[in-house]
Amino acid sequence: MANPTDGTATEDDPMTDDQFEVAALGVPGALPVGPRDPDGEDRRDRPGPRSPGGRPEAGITGRSVRLGDRVFKGLAAGSGGLLLVVMAAIAGFLIWKAIPAFTNNTGNLFTTQTWNPQGDPPVFGMAAVFFGTVVAAFIAMIVGVPIAIGIALFISHYASRRLATSLGAVVDLLAAVPSLVFGMWGLYFLIPQTQGFQKWLSDYFGWIPIFDNATATTVGQFGKSLLIAGLVLAIMIIPIVSAVCREVFLQVPRDTIDAAWALGATKWEMIRTAVLPFGRPGMISAAMLGLGRALGETIAVALVLNSGFRINWHLTEPGGDTFASTIALKFGEAGGSPTAIAALIAAGLFLFVITLVVNSIARIVIARRKEFTA
Amino acid sequence: MSELHRSPAAARSAPAVAPPPVKPSGTSDLVGVRLPAWAPIAAATAGAVVAFGLKLLLGWTGWYTWFFTAAVLFVLALTSWSFAVEGRRRAKDRFASTLIYASFVAAIVPLVLILGYIAVKGFPVLSANFFLRSMNGVTSRQDGGGLYHALIGTLQIVGIAAVIALPVGIFTAIYLVEYGRGTFAKAVTFFVDVMTGVPSIVAGLFVYTFLLLGFGMRPFGAAGAIALAILMVPVSVRASEEMLKLVPRDLREASYALGVPKWRTIIKVVLPTAMSGLITSALLAIARVAGETAPLILLTGYTASINFDPFSGDQATLPMMVWDQLGKRSGTTSNAFTEGRAWGAALVLVLLVLFLNIGARLLAKLAQPKTR
Repeated sequence: MANPTDGTATEDDPMTDDQFEVAALGVPGALPVGPRDPDGEDRRDRPGPRSPGGRPEAGITGRSVRLGDRVFKGLAAGSGGLLLVVMAAIAGFLIWKAIPAFTNNTGNLFTTQTWNPQGDPPVFGMAAVFFGTVVAAFIAMIVGVPIAIGIALFISHYASRRLATSLGAVVDLLAAVPSLVFGMWGLYFLIPQTQGFQKWLSDYFGWIPIFDNATATTVGQFGKSLLIAGLVLAIMIIPIVSAVCREVFLQVPRDTIDAAWALGATKWEMIRTAVLPFGRPGMISAAMLGLGRALGETIAVALVLNSGFRINWHLTEPGGDTFASTIALKFGEAGGSPTAIAALIAAGLFLFVITLVVNSIARIVIARRKEFTA
Repeated sequence: MSELHRSPAAARSAPAVAPPPVKPSGTSDLVGVRLPAWAPIAAATAGAVVAFGLKLLLGWTGWYTWFFTAAVLFVLALTSWSFAVEGRRRAKDRFASTLIYASFVAAIVPLVLILGYIAVKGFPVLSANFFLRSMNGVTSRQDGGGLYHALIGTLQIVGIAAVIALPVGIFTAIYLVEYGRGTFAKAVTFFVDVMTGVPSIVAGLFVYTFLLLGFGMRPFGAAGAIALAILMVPVSVRASEEMLKLVPRDLREASYALGVPKWRTIIKVVLPTAMSGLITSALLAIARVAGETAPLILLTGYTASINFDPFSGDQATLPMMVWDQLGKRSGTTSNAFTEGRAWGAALVLVLLVLFLNIGARLLAKLAQPKTR
């Protein structure tokens, strides 16, 4: 039984052929990472017990092992492949089913602000929706990201080890609260409580156009504004942003920190000179992940905003729409109209593409940093 | 100067060498003058008192204004005091530290407020009847009714989603940890990460175009389960991957040394070792999607009556019941009765999710020594 599977050796995947090798390869980090040819000769030049014929285990274990391994590996790789298929299918089906929205629309898809796809002729565009989505997410970033970075610094460099673990768990709990609950809290608690604050902003800072509310005179007329939607989103993105930042801040090399201490730095100087420069790519990608979440959040925004479908720079005035909230709120009335459904699918497609781009950039930034520090 | 090896007596006898001692509270000459330990408390008290004075003087009505004014005054007072006594660098340090502490409070406060508010609103609604009745025949102007139908739907739909998503997620994690190298594995890793960021409403829209439009089906419970599964898979992959990576390499090698093939090593050695971690990750993944509302709006419909069959007919879920009771589904207005039921259902949903989460973390904590 010299080498029964010699014929398949070249097409056989490397996983199944050399188990000494595999033992090390199965554990990430056990072998140096980097660009390597999976079937290639880099295995060959490594020292190790290896019979000249190639497969030391072949004579012992026999064929059935290979079958089991192949089936199992097929299952595992197939699951991974299924994910890629699903991602491709999402893009494909959304594009396909959104086509009526592009052909039947009499408005300009990019510049029209109205949303009347059931009308005859159907008129709708993404301008106001895009504006609302971006502005709400932007407010969320301005408010949420600095707080999240502060939390991450607190947990990684201020709190004691014991305290840090439990505080981290508490922040993670914030991530577990369903978005519906954030929305209800925003609608019934935050909006009534912040009406006075919005009026104050409008009264004293109204000379800055974004804070001006020309339509409201009494406190009661303030409320469901993009500003509040942004604040709710800010609370919702804090957990993910601070979780990623925390991971990065904890990886700052001890030497760098000690060097800063040795030079007599204060705690803040240590953080500014050692922690923050090291963590910058991580903070950027964390912010991008938060942005992706803020852009795609549906229910919380749908609850705290009233539809208006117009671009309104006065952020304290009620009204505003995002892609996700429009889909959720307009789905009920879209009913039997294929164009209306297609318009919503087109909105979903826009949202999918935007979040895909934002998340991809975030992941690429993280991945590049990993290569540097690995 | 020779502070390092001088005796206390020498210190007393050479006062001219040392800088003027401002505060005697344990300061050595090696470090500069520091504010006393009670300085932040003093500054906070001063800020609160001055803000209260302003409140009385200017007739502010809200306590929020007082709180924020007090906070700003506290930061200003502490920083300028520190600047005067300790110098610019220390003042900067105190300022930054204060902001970092404040940001932490800024995250804890909403969490406490949200959980507290929903508990206050929801608990009065809970009763045996609320758990055992459906909404069948209960109009929006009536008290009573319950979430039984929605609880059934949520448990079934989340259960089906878990049955679909967890095997895929765990197998993908096994692939990435045990087999994954090369371009394909990199692509899978990348798209798992990107998939984590797919908005839930987009997942719902995809299943809607694929199943309901593509096959001309009516909304049904399992359609929502498929959308939830899409959201669940990347979470499950990520968490399971971390757990599998914790399995020591020695265990695998010992198994290989005994001649055990790779797939049996994974089944008999790797998975049992990581089992508690995998259960934790499964619970976290379930908790992540149990509260999702957006895809269900498109996919499951809503019914006030009990439907035990997730494969045909509208099915209610807890998030959809809240959505319905708030009047958002039909575009009607809500009143005290419907809002009460909405808070009750939302509280049950939060308790369910928190229970899953805390359970998962406790399990992870209890099982930690085994995996290490």
